Amino acid sequence: MELDLAFIMIAPVLGGALASAALLIWWERRLLGFWQDRLGPNRVGPFGLLQIVADVVKLLTKHDWVPPFSDRVVFTLAPCAIAGGMLMAFAVVPFGPGLVVGDLNIGVLFFLAMTSVAVYGVLLGGLASNNKYALIGGLRSGAQMVTYEVFMGLSLMGVVLLSGSFNLSDIVRAQEDVWFVFPQALGFIVFLIAGLAETHRLPFDLPEAEHELAAGFHTEYSSMKFGLIMVGEYLGVILTSAMVVILFFGGWLGPGFLPPIVWFSLKTAFFVCGFILLRAAIPRPRYDQLMSLGWKILLPITLVNLLATGAIALLRTGA
Amino acid sequence: MSLEIVLFYLAALVALAATGLAVTRTNASHALIYLIISLLAVAVVFYLLGAAFAAALEVVIYAGAIVVFFLFVVMMLNLGRSAEEQERRWLPPKMWIGPGVLSAVLLLEMIALIAGSDAATSGTPVPPKAVGIELFGPYLLAVELASLLLLAGLVGAFHLGRRYMRARREEIE
Repeated sequence: MELDLAFIMIAPVLGGALASAALLIWWERRLLGFWQDRLGPNRVGPFGLLQIVADVVKLLTKHDWVPPFSDRVVFTLAPCAIAGGMLMAFAVVPFGPGLVVGDLNIGVLFFLAMTSVAVYGVLLGGLASNNKYALIGGLRSGAQMVTYEVFMGLSLMGVVLLSGSFNLSDIVRAQEDVWFVFPQALGFIVFLIAGLAETHRLPFDLPEAEHELAAGFHTEYSSMKFGLIMVGEYLGVILTSAMVVILFFGGWLGPGFLPPIVWFSLKTAFFVCGFILLRAAIPRPRYDQLMSLGWKILLPITLVNLLATGAIALLRTGA
Repeated sequence: MSLEIVLFYLAALVALAATGLAVTRTNASHALIYLIISLLAVAVVFYLLGAAFAAALEVVIYAGAIVVFFLFVVMMLNLGRSAEEQERRWLPPKMWIGPGVLSAVLLLEMIALIAGSDAATSGTPVPPKAVGIELFGPYLLAVELASLLLLAGLVGAFHLGRRYMRARREEIE
């Protein structure tokens, strides 16, 4: 029975994640347009909603060029690793009570593991392109992602301490009294910054900084391979927003007049919009500023947060 | 039960094949990709044996961090075709005879040892909490020693980096 439900869940989760990632491309351009006092894509279909269909048709019919000087196999493999890793991580996301593909007791770690697999897509894409801009972009992303993965993992540990579990459903259930964002405010802020860096979104999109690196690690990518990289990036945005909601904002919990999955979607959508607003509002830091922010400010904050949370948890149990 | 055994042997086969390929590739980045696959397969084996926590850490730390650094070095050296040819010259097929014979002896010994005991393709699940209690209970000394080792590495890296940074600063001034 349990296994059956999991199998039934796979198709809607995959379909839903991919469809919302595609929709998000339109939504982001539209929102950015409004925030920058212009209209954004509004021509194709109602409110420009079919823009994404037009884009997909365009991407699929474009010449899929693999550079002759590149490492062909790795070059093709890299976008798959980006999108595949992100999609795998959706397997442990609880969309509602019991609405999860794999209710692993190591859910938090599985999420971290799969996002770190997605890092390879960026690294290998940069390496296989055999292009100096792509290589520098890949190198930057490697350093950035490994750095911020450290804080991402550490900032989650406070939540794990408070809920006493790595299971994402249990973490949500532990927030029935109070959302973890209140006792774990520091953890939340660090997780949000690390999530931004991990998905290499603006303001932390140094791996693909257009003004200095052409398009960074995906300079050589064209057609649907480029599309897959983009879909992977938007999947990352949705995934990070969903994890913020699950870990710090009570997941599917909410007043009873709306079903749990609607609460979950609404909260996630709110954070997705927050991600886009950050892109519209904050300029890109310099690369060394990014790294020293990580190691000199965020790392001490997370360690102090972890120490304090551990001490309080220990006091409560009276050991 | 039988599904688990099939999955176990499948993952073990993938791990063996990927490791073999990782050793024999002359292109460093290809070898690293096979190494990543091998680590992922070993994580699946750990999971099937009941060590879910170890499986997750295998992917997060080995595949997610350590091999990223290997790849990082390969990228910084930017090894091209010439490095591949050099590697091929250094490792002619004749090179493999000695290590191959020696490890074949070890393999035979291992088969003889394993054949005597019950093959374990699945075990009792170990929750993360139990791992933590063990680590900071009976194995506390090992944990502390490992952290000392890491600290030594950190100090060493800082020392090397500081000299470089000082030279850079003087250059700028």
